[in-house]
Amino acid sequence: MIKNIDFRICFSVMTILTFLVGMFQSWGIALSMLNLCLISAVMAMGVNIQWGFAGLINFGVMGFLAIGGLATVLVSVPPVHEAWSAGGIGILISGLFLAAVVISIFIINKKLSKHKYKNYFVFLIIILTIPLLKFIAGPSISKIESINAATSGFLGGANLPIIFSWFVGAILSALVAFVVGKVCLGLRSDYLAISTLLVSGIIITIVKHEEWLSRGVKNVIGLKRPVPYEVNLQESEWFINLVQFFNSSKLSNVLDPEVKISLLNQLVISSSSVFVKLCFSLIFLVVVFVILYFSEKALNSPWGRMMRAIRDNEEAARAMGKNVVKQHLFIFMLGSAIIGFAGAMLVTYDGLFTPSSYQPLRYTFLIWVMVLLGGTGNNYGAVLGGFVVWFIWIQSAPFAMVVINIFTSHLDETSYIKDHLQNSVPYFRYLMMGLGLLLVMRYRPKGLLPEKVIKN
Amino acid sequence: MDFLNSIILLTNFIIVPGITYGSQLALGAIGVTLIYGVLRFANFAYGDLMAFGTMVVILMTWYLQSKGISFGLLPTALLALPIGILLTIAVSLFFDKTVFEYYRNKKSNPVTFIVVSLGIMFVLNAVVRIIIGPNDINFMDGHKFIMKAREFKQLTGLNEGLAIKSTQVITLVTTIITCSILFYFLNKTKTGKSMRAYSNNEDLALLSGIDPKKIVLITWVIVSILASVAGTLYGLDKSFKPFTYFNNLLPIFAATIVGGIGNPLGAFYGGFLIAFSEIGLTYAYKKFFKYIMPESLEPSTLIQFISTDYKFAISFAILIVVLIFRPNGIFKGKVI
Repeated sequence: MIKNIDFRICFSVMTILTFLVGMFQSWGIALSMLNLCLISAVMAMGVNIQWGFAGLINFGVMGFLAIGGLATVLVSVPPVHEAWSAGGIGILISGLFLAAVVISIFIINKKLSKHKYKNYFVFLIIILTIPLLKFIAGPSISKIESINAATSGFLGGANLPIIFSWFVGAILSALVAFVVGKVCLGLRSDYLAISTLLVSGIIITIVKHEEWLSRGVKNVIGLKRPVPYEVNLQESEWFINLVQFFNSSKLSNVLDPEVKISLLNQLVISSSSVFVKLCFSLIFLVVVFVILYFSEKALNSPWGRMMRAIRDNEEAARAMGKNVVKQHLFIFMLGSAIIGFAGAMLVTYDGLFTPSSYQPLRYTFLIWVMVLLGGTGNNYGAVLGGFVVWFIWIQSAPFAMVVINIFTSHLDETSYIKDHLQNSVPYFRYLMMGLGLLLVMRYRPKGLLPEKVIKN
Repeated sequence: MDFLNSIILLTNFIIVPGITYGSQLALGAIGVTLIYGVLRFANFAYGDLMAFGTMVVILMTWYLQSKGISFGLLPTALLALPIGILLTIAVSLFFDKTVFEYYRNKKSNPVTFIVVSLGIMFVLNAVVRIIIGPNDINFMDGHKFIMKAREFKQLTGLNEGLAIKSTQVITLVTTIITCSILFYFLNKTKTGKSMRAYSNNEDLALLSGIDPKKIVLITWVIVSILASVAGTLYGLDKSFKPFTYFNNLLPIFAATIVGGIGNPLGAFYGGFLIAFSEIGLTYAYKKFFKYIMPESLEPSTLIQFISTDYKFAISFAILIVVLIFRPNGIFKGKVI
């Protein structure tokens, strides 16, 4: 078995594969796959910072992605003024109340840390908060939700460019990660896994059912974009000229002017969507490179060495005077911020926010497969994992279709088994993921690109 | 009369559903806790193992129905259950041989086990969906109600009705039988005792001549029985949908940890605790207070602690509270 694969070879292979998809399927598919690969790579880098650098097992990825997605709504959607005037004050008051409760819990924890009944005290406050909060916010919430329930029914956002939401998503995620980390990080690894999974479940429940905030299951559609719209492109002079320039040989073959114009129109329409995706790809590429650069810097800095020391031997690191608790909390926030950033990117790319689509299998465990398959503790590995896993995820359905057709070719067209198998093609991707994960864990437990051990 | 009405109201909407749901959770949680106690890892594939067992039962039920065989008043699924159990055991042992054994011999850390159980989760998820599809399936047949709300009203002359579905009684009876056998086995038989010894201290158990292979085998057999029984009962009571089964893993985990992970009796109580708090905290008590309070004090709001949307979130919140304040579970005690 090959001990060390160079990351450049891996990335060249992935680039070639993407080009092959572009040539044999279509450039639109290839580019949207590439974009989701890039977003996945950012998510995987976030998880890798927590798990690879610090050994913190975070199964709450889904929750932080949803917070990032929520940020796009809160930042970019225009505010609903009627809703604000109807219930804005009530919501603000209850928000202040909630903040006061959280702060008072922290103060109690600090001041009364030795007190016998401290825990019961905190518990009582939490139990009393929920009905009180409902009492304060309830009337305003029902007022807000009743305003234009079919089209808005929520507070809206700040009407800022959507790019800002990526950073807001990161900050919001980090804040939530602070609270979650304070609560959960002291737990043993397997308890931490379960409790973060459950916390992400709570976050999703809140995003799904607090309609005044996120429209919940009614979804928010038609979000802004950081790139031009297809319709505008199709009307602009320079874009048509550009298409003409790239397809000049094709167009010059056609002599009939009417056919020529209709062909040009077709080309403009198909290339406008490719162009939009290309713009997204460029932005995402910049993001991936920036995060990759800083992650690599961090990994090789004294701080990165300290994190690995804490991961490999917590006791020893503590004995050397490192504040393990603080560092764990910090890196948990950092990783979650990157995951939140990726969540906002994902929603921006999709152009819609659908809270009910967040499921642990797709948004938590798939990201984990990326990290484990790519290489724990290696940033390039995480990026590669994002690419490989998303590639398999997308291409496994067509692949399974081909395999099924080969194996059932002797069967009748109307055969029940053939029909049933062809209908269940989408689920073969789960099978591929599971088998891939099991094989990697067995034969290459450190992933495709293992962590580099630096020796001075 | 009002007092009786209020009691019937609570029984109908909280106690009966709570006992049913609690039994299903308890059976699941005992399975998870046994895996944790003996094999020492949190099995994320458990929800999908339940789905697999139920799927086999459903396929077998359809087969029996097509042959015209039925179980009279009881659902046909109960006849199909043994086949489901057998195939689930086979699948568990297959995955143990091909996957878990390797890591057990290598003495890998718990996180590695969690990760490979994720792999198995993906595989089982795919297998179930490829074979039976992702849709809702209702496979309950036989007699539906033991007591209908209307009949109860006529019988007693009360305002409130009490409806008891036959699946609820089947669930309770099956749970009582399964748990009695299980606890008898663990506490009284030699094999059960050796299982407890192995879970308590592996090295000492090995020194006293306990065969670890046998212990692991028996554990998987018991766990598979529990998983397929719990899955089938849940499916009969509500309906079968692969995604719901995966989601049920979370309250089951909550019940396991609340009861003290590795402690079957704790898991049993934990299941009921989670079920009753989920149902009790989301129930609107307005009608109940109408019955027992004087008219002047009648409540104007729903008197609901938190809306039903947050049903699942309650079990998660309980779990997190327990993890913070009593990481070893509410019920202290030895493992297994």
